[in-house]
Amino acid sequence: MVAPKLVVEGLSISYGGKTVLHDINLEVQENEIFGIIGPANAGKTSFLKAINRMSDFESDMQVSGTIRFNGRDIRTLRNLYAYRSRIGVVFPLPVGLPLTIYENVALAPRLRGVKHRDELDEMVERCLKRAALWEEVKDRLHVLGSLLSGGQQQRLTIARALSQEPELLMLDEFSIAVDPVTTMRIEDVLKELKREITIILVTNLVQQARRLADRTAFFLEGKCVEIAETEALFTGTVQDQRTRDYIEGRFG
Amino acid sequence: MNASAAQQPDFDRRNLDWYIDKFVQALVFLGGISAILFIIGIFVFITVEGFDFLMGRFDFVEFFTSPWWEPTDEDEPTYGILALIAGTASVTGLAMLVAIPFSLGAAIFIGEFATGKTREFLKVLVELLAAIPSVVWGFIGLSIMNPLIIELFDVPVGLNVLNAGIILGLMAAPIMTSIAEDALKAVPDRYREAAEALGATRWQVVYKVVLPAAKNGLLGAVLLGVGRGFGETMAVLMATGHAINIPTSIFDSVRALTATIAAELGETAQGSDHYGALFTIGIFLFLITFLINLMADLIVRGVRKQ
Repeated sequence: MVAPKLVVEGLSISYGGKTVLHDINLEVQENEIFGIIGPANAGKTSFLKAINRMSDFESDMQVSGTIRFNGRDIRTLRNLYAYRSRIGVVFPLPVGLPLTIYENVALAPRLRGVKHRDELDEMVERCLKRAALWEEVKDRLHVLGSLLSGGQQQRLTIARALSQEPELLMLDEFSIAVDPVTTMRIEDVLKELKREITIILVTNLVQQARRLADRTAFFLEGKCVEIAETEALFTGTVQDQRTRDYIEGRFG
Repeated sequence: MNASAAQQPDFDRRNLDWYIDKFVQALVFLGGISAILFIIGIFVFITVEGFDFLMGRFDFVEFFTSPWWEPTDEDEPTYGILALIAGTASVTGLAMLVAIPFSLGAAIFIGEFATGKTREFLKVLVELLAAIPSVVWGFIGLSIMNPLIIELFDVPVGLNVLNAGIILGLMAAPIMTSIAEDALKAVPDRYREAAEALGATRWQVVYKVVLPAAKNGLLGAVLLGVGRGFGETMAVLMATGHAINIPTSIFDSVRALTATIAAELGETAQGSDHYGALFTIGIFLFLITFLINLMADLIVRGVRKQ
């Protein structure tokens, strides 16, 4: 048995006294797509923030519990930046940095110290292709990324996350701003990426979790209701009635 | 009057609220256009006062290219402001060399690195610094910097470009810091989060993302500092040495355009050539600072639109 990629033990998160996530315990295996579904305010986004310690940004966000990445407790890391560079994050709404398309994707490699133009060119092309954006932007790589449409910007942020060559990719409702056809193309890319990396997919589209995730966790009101093999969840072997209700669209 | 008409609200009766609204509108309108009226009024006034000189004695080439400002020469007064322009420009240039690193450094620290109490404390302190009267700065130049420069560099006079440049730089830095910090604040936090998520260090976030995004605002801050430098009078009068001179080193005393007006206007006869020439310098200064401020404003506005 391979050691899990990510172990979360007793994770609780609160904002200024208001608890948004209670005592989460879960493991994410290497090379799996781990889905998290749940309605708004379930604590899904806070969960992701805790994992790459974006919580350091928000002074009123308190995190307790243990998160281990490759067996290492992330609270004890001495170089947080190096850790974050191993984790790609795609936010729900696209954040095209105020740079050109090319520079958006080349930023992470540059931060790593890649300087050769050829190497950067090749990396930018590969990442944009994987994010299904290359064909649309290959002739205008040097215009501002913020001039792209919403869906294109989201694919740009996916390309940027991939350019980190992350070990763990966290997608937070990535398809909100993307049309269905492109969503399917990106989903294909994710399935392929799974062979190399681990993916945490937060989604409010339960069918997307079914299509992609190996295992799925159902979050509700800050609690992890259950975690199971995705197929099992969708074929009815749920432990909790609320999970069934949510999956079948009866609330949320 | 029938019953249904009585229930209708009266659409024609102007009540007190309506009159208050009109009154406030008129008041605010007056306030708004007064700024324009004052600007135009000032420009008209200085142009009228300088008019006789401009139409008579004024010689464009002499005025801008002659280094000789000798309005009180009994035989042949000359009105050349080249040395004064050189004085103002050299002091302002040096001031910017001092102020830009200080103010950008302070703005980046306050805006990007400092948190909580430190940040609030520093912001108040910077605003306090901006409120120090210029005569106090001039006094510091005269009584502290002057002996210090003489001591350190072994020069005969400590009232020179170096002294005034440093004083003016320190004077301009707080307001530049304030504006630069506003420009940094205008950069959305999601950019910072996105860059940090890529594994960028704090400095990389600032250097690669925040500064490029804020560059127009920062440029605006610098230009406002330049405008301040051109217009400052008292401190440069006290710290430059007030000697007409095209400087060849930072240890040369110079004289600034503004200081010349301040020092000489009281001693001239109203309507004389000398008097008119000083007003012509005023017109020149007015146009320069107007242009600089306009440029700064347009650049800062450009940021907001993005």
